[in-house]
Amino acid sequence: MDLSCPVPITNYDKITLAHGGGGSLSNQLIEKMFLKELGNSYLEEGHDGAIFDLPGKLAMSTDSFVVNPIFFPGGDIGKLAVHGTVNDVACCGALPKFLTLALILEEGFPMEELWLIIQSIGQAARDAGVQIITGDTKVVEKGKGDKIFINTSGIGYVPEGRDISPSNCRPGDIILINGNIADHGVAIMSSREGLEFETSIESDTQALNKLVESVFSVTKDIHVLRDPTRGGLSSSLNEIAKASNTGIEIYEKQLPLSEEVKGACEILGLDPLYIANEGKLLVFVPEEHADNVLKAMKQLPEGKNSCIIGRVDNKSPGMVRMKTSIGSSRIVDMISGEQLPRIC
Amino acid sequence: MKYVEEYRDMDLVRKISGEIHRTCSKAWKIMEICGGQTHSIMRYNLEEFLPDKISLIHGPGCPVCVTPLELIDKAIELAGKDDVILTSFGDMLRVPGSESDLLKVKAHGGDVRMVYSPLDAVKIAENNPGKKVVFFAVGFETTAPANAFSVIEAKRKNIHNYSLLSSHVLVPPAIKAILSSPGSEIQAFLAAGHVCTVMGYEEYIPLAAEFNVPIVITGFEPVDILQGILASVRQLEQGVARVENEYSRVVSREGNKAAQESMNKVFTTIDRKWRGIGIIPESGLALSEEFSDFDAEKIFGLEKIEKQESPLCIAGEVLQGKKKPTECPAFGKECTPENPLGAPMVSSEGACAAYFRYKH
Repeated sequence: MDLSCPVPITNYDKITLAHGGGGSLSNQLIEKMFLKELGNSYLEEGHDGAIFDLPGKLAMSTDSFVVNPIFFPGGDIGKLAVHGTVNDVACCGALPKFLTLALILEEGFPMEELWLIIQSIGQAARDAGVQIITGDTKVVEKGKGDKIFINTSGIGYVPEGRDISPSNCRPGDIILINGNIADHGVAIMSSREGLEFETSIESDTQALNKLVESVFSVTKDIHVLRDPTRGGLSSSLNEIAKASNTGIEIYEKQLPLSEEVKGACEILGLDPLYIANEGKLLVFVPEEHADNVLKAMKQLPEGKNSCIIGRVDNKSPGMVRMKTSIGSSRIVDMISGEQLPRIC
Repeated sequence: MKYVEEYRDMDLVRKISGEIHRTCSKAWKIMEICGGQTHSIMRYNLEEFLPDKISLIHGPGCPVCVTPLELIDKAIELAGKDDVILTSFGDMLRVPGSESDLLKVKAHGGDVRMVYSPLDAVKIAENNPGKKVVFFAVGFETTAPANAFSVIEAKRKNIHNYSLLSSHVLVPPAIKAILSSPGSEIQAFLAAGHVCTVMGYEEYIPLAAEFNVPIVITGFEPVDILQGILASVRQLEQGVARVENEYSRVVSREGNKAAQESMNKVFTTIDRKWRGIGIIPESGLALSEEFSDFDAEKIFGLEKIEKQESPLCIAGEVLQGKKKPTECPAFGKECTPENPLGAPMVSSEGACAAYFRYKH
């Protein structure tokens, strides 16, 4: 990432315990870094919390971010922390409006890297149209954390007439996704120490709230929205099948997957169905609206590769099946634990 | 993706499947040796393309599954030592020992690291001269050459804080043991393509002759496996038994000479215990005298231990093809991938895990 602005704090090049102590160094961080990059009327109030208005039914979500490495191809922990929570709120059918931001920093963390991450958070929040309205910073002794951990919580409101829930999935629903799966997990793996393979695969981390709105612009009759993150596509589909007691069938031939990710998975013995995404949207929609929703999704850059990957039926309730590329049928189960590479 | 998708071609699969149906007139029991093949069979549900008369029996070719309990306990003991960094392929970390597993040792502060190549373990040794780095060397003839090479490299670079906890096993002695075991019903074998890439297939010729079984060198994609089954059925129907290479795009008769040389240099053949099966003569590889300085069992003076398996687990019978995973009373109940009683439920190539994932 380009360092667009110089680091605004020059008297300390690393985070010290005092930066989390609530005194003058904490204030310096808030004023010179956080307010400068994330500032808005709520933050500038300097209050213990934020007071705000939102109409009607509200949706809320929280997520913690501990990704390693903190900078990876296609993104960084800051961007991820905004997108992750925005997407969870958006997948409730809500318009995400406000985020909280809590940082846990390890003593000795380079100020320059913190600045890059804060700028990245600012940019991602502006792009997604959300504001960070309250926050907190703590510093732990060296060795008691790992560089930086971030928690964000998000809140938004659900416009009238929307009813999104995994249990709303119905036989006959068509399942859409907005593009290639498994990019995020493979991008992270390729940049981890000890697993050196060169790829141009980038994380798909992106905010999905505008894409969700494009879906609702076609019809309010959307049954389920889900961003399949950790555990990959298979975990999300299994959760939805169980919650609604329906059967889900996906078509292997129609699963969008880049050639590079396919190759990396073949070499490492990984199944892309179980690999994390950070910018994918699953939409369950009644068949009569499927074509129009697909068209609307394709209008946006984050939806240009949208396609149909399966449908819901009442065979095998609670289970996910896959029509394989050779025409047979098999179960797609949830993953247990981390996916580990094969050894021969 | 080139060189992969051609072998996952629906039309070709249907064509070979039709040919198998036309050729097969009697009931046949065919064992695929390799766990990678078992995984493929389940992942593509290849049994859907076979006549009911053909039963596929899943063999012991998953190195994680056959590594004896005692050796896992030794790895766990080493991992708990303050001056040791235990390195391993990912699959071994969750395999249950008699009381713990390596991930639990790691959670208790043991330095356990997952590596993707034994050369990475050598690198860790080089970077941590104050520690003893042990690589838990598990695998068939496919992984043995790379593990041997890591020892050769360590010796060349004068790295003496590196050692192997060796649990290598060999395929042909296992085939022999299965065929010699009383009540064996296996009538043909799909030999493991990647093992033969390294070793060639000459050593299978006397086996096919002695036991009168067709042995077909087979790859891992749907088209490969069905082609291997077709070749086996053809031989069985004609009453012949010979070694046939259906994976000639990577397997030659002699195999990979350079890989064999490093193996022969570093390892020597020994009798080895297979988890769930017992001792199979001449079926394992241990470090030879010349490289005994790199043998973790000798360096750490690990004692001989005997351990009992969970009485509920029928992994031994599953690994010998005598029972299907679903015939185990613990399958999916006391034994699941989250809480495995036996290794075949842990490894992605284990028959129990494959059944659980794709068939339960």
